[in-house]
Amino acid sequence: MAAETVVIRHEATRGGRAGAVGDVLFRSLTFLFALFVLLILGGVLVALADGALPALRTFGFSFLIDEVWNPVTEKFGALAPIYGTLVTSAIAMLVGIPVAFGVAVFITEICPIWLKRPLATMIELLAAIPSIIYGIWGLFVFAPFVQQYIQPAIINTFGQIPGIGALFAGPPLGIGVLTAGFILAIMVLPFISSIMRDVFETVPAMLKESAYGLGATRTEVVWQVVLPYTRIGVVGGIMLGLGRALGETMAVTFVIGNAHRITTSILQPGTTISASLANEFTEAVGDLYLSSLIALGLILFVITFIVLAFAKLMLLRLQKQAGG
Amino acid sequence: MMNGRLRDRDLSGLPYWLSMERTVRAFRIGFLGLAAAAAFGFGAWAAEISGAGATFPYPIYAKWAEAYAAKTGVKMNYQSIGSGGGIAQIRAKTVDFGASDMPLKPEDLQKDGLTQFPPVVGGEVMVVNLPGVQAGQMTLDGPTIADIYLGKIAKWNDPAIAKLNPGLKLPDTAIAVVHRSDGSGTTFIFTDYLSKVSPEWKDKVSEGTSVQWPVGIGGKGNEGVSALTSRTVGGIGYVEYAYALQNKLVHTKLVNHDGATLEPGIKVFQAAAANADWKNAPGFYLILTNQPGKETWPITGATFILMHKKQEKPDRAKEVLKFFDWAYRNGAQMAEALDYVPMPPNAVAIFEDSWKQIVGPDGKPVWDGHSS
Repeated sequence: MAAETVVIRHEATRGGRAGAVGDVLFRSLTFLFALFVLLILGGVLVALADGALPALRTFGFSFLIDEVWNPVTEKFGALAPIYGTLVTSAIAMLVGIPVAFGVAVFITEICPIWLKRPLATMIELLAAIPSIIYGIWGLFVFAPFVQQYIQPAIINTFGQIPGIGALFAGPPLGIGVLTAGFILAIMVLPFISSIMRDVFETVPAMLKESAYGLGATRTEVVWQVVLPYTRIGVVGGIMLGLGRALGETMAVTFVIGNAHRITTSILQPGTTISASLANEFTEAVGDLYLSSLIALGLILFVITFIVLAFAKLMLLRLQKQAGG
Repeated sequence: MMNGRLRDRDLSGLPYWLSMERTVRAFRIGFLGLAAAAAFGFGAWAAEISGAGATFPYPIYAKWAEAYAAKTGVKMNYQSIGSGGGIAQIRAKTVDFGASDMPLKPEDLQKDGLTQFPPVVGGEVMVVNLPGVQAGQMTLDGPTIADIYLGKIAKWNDPAIAKLNPGLKLPDTAIAVVHRSDGSGTTFIFTDYLSKVSPEWKDKVSEGTSVQWPVGIGGKGNEGVSALTSRTVGGIGYVEYAYALQNKLVHTKLVNHDGATLEPGIKVFQAAAANADWKNAPGFYLILTNQPGKETWPITGATFILMHKKQEKPDRAKEVLKFFDWAYRNGAQMAEALDYVPMPPNAVAIFEDSWKQIVGPDGKPVWDGHSS
């Protein structure tokens, strides 16, 4: 390691004066770009906080825990959109992570070589589809399918179980929180699976072969060699997917039903923060209404920040475990 | 040129395309270009009027603008950003006129120094999705619609609906209530109607461009509502008539203020507009829902143009008024072709009389009749 550094330094000095000037220029340029990102981020935060101030001042803490969203009487609370954002993202993760994991394992460990590349490309193409297409497809194709086949089945089975039955109650509408969660799951799938695939590829063949040599099955190799070796990357991929699910706007707006309500049943319509913003920003008449919408944006910003911070902490802990 | 570039290299060692001199030159050329464009393009700029607001009248404004530009060369640039945006933009004076489906109350007009007038009237219909039920077969009335949107009537075979439709076989299907999720003048007209026919609705929900819906799913825009209604069995929604017609949605008949059962159409919308007493409505604040008259469609509403009373640029204000004067006189057929209701001549005279309030910096009205 040390020897390498020395060599590089030596080569750098050989470039002479012109190279040094270029280096300084390059360094300040990259620093400027980095600073620029920080400035934009800070600017967004300040603008959001400033815009949200009237709403936060009027409603105080109750803005966070109030379900009312009444533009006529100008009473606003953010609980329904916050709830919808968290629940749809949770469903997306619940469905998306196992599937993404399966896809990644299949491609890296099991897939015949001729199928490997087409399959990987297909999955990545999913990420290239604009979200509005997912929304339209969700509304016109997926939601009617869910209404006719999936939801009646769920209502007749899970819906009849005492206790958790309330989660799956109500008439089958096709659109709603569950459908939005499904669409999000499909949307985050390529992000999570391609990162998982990339990190699975980094597992040294020697490690895997030793495990096979000791008589381990494929399942054991995946669970006890590949996954422990790559868990940092896997968590990173999941967090990237979660970040996308939390902020996704257009596709969700199409299929969630846009109702400012909290219902126990995930088959019923709800709303998310970003869907509320997309729906109501253009026609928000009145300063308090607009300010409440901006406050919603601020809350989404904070939620995303918390998720990222949590991911970072988790990664640090994992690294420490791996090191010690 | 190539030689010039080489000579232009300055001593800092930077290539030409990064040099200060080039930047300065680029700016100079840019400014010259702008100045030239301003000088030559002045006439064109003056002959372009801009407006922003409601989406509901956008098709007819666009149609009128096209025909008007072909005839006079004056272009009208209209951004259909929504009524709320239209009100905000005219307040900020970034446009020559704003447009809103919800009229501003006289005191709000006063506060911002605005005046308003309606160019066209439109009607809204209820659309439903029930297997076997075709357009115009079902009949609904105001109180029943209010109860459906309050969640009190939840099944299609409810006695209240059955009583209005003795000949129809109504299934035991849950009603899927569909409403607009975005703020909208359409919603304002619809909720205003419900407030007039149902005291409970007035008390619990009231009217507005967006309200707190007790039940239902929200679709963005007319297209969202129509998609949700036509994809959900048991769905009911409200859309502008033109939209229902173009998309072959299943509309219902409605029972009006006088108890008559009507099929929607230009004629019954027009009846609502004709009965309107514009003369005695301060600021033309008049909402045409639930108007009396045997032939009057119950859910009808006008869309409005907003302008400042004190004009800093009287020339442009005059162009706007000339445009709408032309539209009142020559645009009726185009409006009807798009299923809007043009204003009757006696109403037009009242609106144009109100244009006297729009004055330039010298205090003189910018509009001096259509002689000019």
